Amino acid sequence: MKFVSDDFLQEASESMESLGDKGISRRAFMKFCTGMAALLALPASFAPKIAEAIRGKKPYLVWLEFQDCAGDTEALLRTTAPAVGDIVLDVFAVEYHETIMAASGKQAEKSLMDIVKNNKGNYFVVVEGSIPLKDDGIYCCIGGRTAVDIAREVCGNAIATIAVGTCATYGGIPAALPNPTGAVGVKEAVPNATVINLPGCPVNAENITATVVHYLTFGTLPNTDKLGRPYFAFGKRIHDNCERRAHFDAGQFARQWGDEGHRQGWCLYEMGCKGPETFHNCPTVKYNAGTSWPVQAGHGCIGCSEPHFWDTMSPFYRRLPKVPGVSIESTADKVGAGLAAATAAGLVIHGIGRAISPKKEE
Amino acid sequence: MATKIIHGKMQRLRVYAWEFPVRLTHWFNAFSILFLSITGYYIGDPFMHAYSSKQWIMGWMRLIHFIVAYVFLMSVIIRMYWAFMGNQFASWRECFPVSTEKRKEFMDALKFYFFIRKEPPYVIGHAALASFTYFLVFVVFIFEIVSGFALYSVSHPPSIVWTLLGGWLLNIMHLPTIRLYHHFVMYVILAFVPLHIYATWYMDPHEKNGLVSSMFSGFKFVPEKEIEEAEQ
Ligand code: SF4
Repeated sequence: MKFVSDDFLQEASESMESLGDKGISRRAFMKFCTGMAALLALPASFAPKIAEAIRGKKPYLVWLEFQDCAGDTEALLRTTAPAVGDIVLDVFAVEYHETIMAASGKQAEKSLMDIVKNNKGNYFVVVEGSIPLKDDGIYCCIGGRTAVDIAREVCGNAIATIAVGTCATYGGIPAALPNPTGAVGVKEAVPNATVINLPGCPVNAENITATVVHYLTFGTLPNTDKLGRPYFAFGKRIHDNCERRAHFDAGQFARQWGDEGHRQGWCLYEMGCKGPETFHNCPTVKYNAGTSWPVQAGHGCIGCSEPHFWDTMSPFYRRLPKVPGVSIESTADKVGAGLAAATAAGLVIHGIGRAISPKKEE
Repeated sequence: MATKIIHGKMQRLRVYAWEFPVRLTHWFNAFSILFLSITGYYIGDPFMHAYSSKQWIMGWMRLIHFIVAYVFLMSVIIRMYWAFMGNQFASWRECFPVSTEKRKEFMDALKFYFFIRKEPPYVIGHAALASFTYFLVFVVFIFEIVSGFALYSVSHPPSIVWTLLGGWLLNIMHLPTIRLYHHFVMYVILAFVPLHIYATWYMDPHEKNGLVSSMFSGFKFVPEKEIEEAEQ
């Protein structure tokens, strides 16, 4: 069976020239283009278009880091064979990236400002990490400027801002209660910027690439849901695409780490898996070039790509959250059973009261 | 409306209080609660384990839960519709003890349950305390329906139907929080069940009006003088 046309192969080999001596085979490049088409839920016939788009323009890209752990950068750099990371870095002209650029100090900051000035409305920004707003944003400063100040200028003048990771999208871990720095995501900090949210802890680098590839191919950003997340990556629940789902429906659950069910690869629902509450394409795209993802590795989903997951999804190893306002160790079942028991006890007491109270005259 | 019968020294009238939709939805609600609680508890805490992949325990539990959820929804809708279309005893107005008379009835019933008053207040339909309680119970029912459909909606592609039935709740509450309250409120309903059964069982011999059987037959037996008092 033939998935791609000869034209595509022709174009692909031309593209290889631009990819230069990066050691990426034509085969790997084709695979990359068809993979991107699949990820964006496009038919394979779009692969040549994608190849062409990538070969064409090279958008400028600046990568800003605020309150983060550089995990998203790591996710991008550690993508393995077939050198997706290399292709991505070749697709973009990365002009500023604190972790990987050679320049430093004033020189580095100047190159950022040059991009903003000279390429207004013609570059992408990737933001990693949350932006603190409390006390005028002093909790995160780079080169003497606050994160929110930098974000306003850089994101405000970009084609689009891709907020990567749960911190940049919804505040993430720095925004977990009690949120001491007043951390928020990019969209909240810079409301007038065009922001697309790619949450996840870390983001899946394939989703960043697919978002940019979508823009290069169609000239628009992908459709998003009301949380600003593209449907191609966040349209489906993890639980509905999970490879352990058949065990869930059967009623086969791991009940303890390392028990028979866990060794058999049964569903992790009882171990607190948050797959039923989380929208992400982890089960289909997986991490590290399709190697694995948490549930495949035997650990339940913790819902890391949902807003405020640290507060709402915890405890990560229990089915239900703790009951707010009641003592720390109480679960809904304990409180609920207590309520029902108290009612029953009340009725028993009432029954006794009735038995000993003076009888009504007939 | 009423047939006169003689019971002991007291003349009683046979009154058609609970119309068919009222009785029907009462029992549909009761059985829905039973099935929804068992299957819902299993979904929250799967206490039975399959020994073979060919079984479909969670599958069945969820299927039954969702089907009965629709039955329950319809039952609640019919009952609410009947609150506007039915007789005076089924009316929504019964729910709110606002008039002085109703407020007295409300207090009298409370006093009766706390042994302060020997006689329960005599009414043909719901006593003010009971109907106000049922109003709260319906609020709880509606919360369960809305939160349930909010949870159900996430496994479907977004559509206006899901949004109306409960999806809107996702805008104001996080999914795990909805799950927590949906689960917790089940216990509130389960606490109401013994209360309701006990109160009925307790009241029945006091009122001597056939309270328990009225939910099957629709008829209550009310002392003539009560009706006369009510009519004055
Ligand atoms: S492991 Fe998690 S996501 Fe997978 S079926 Fe079980 S509960 Fe759902």
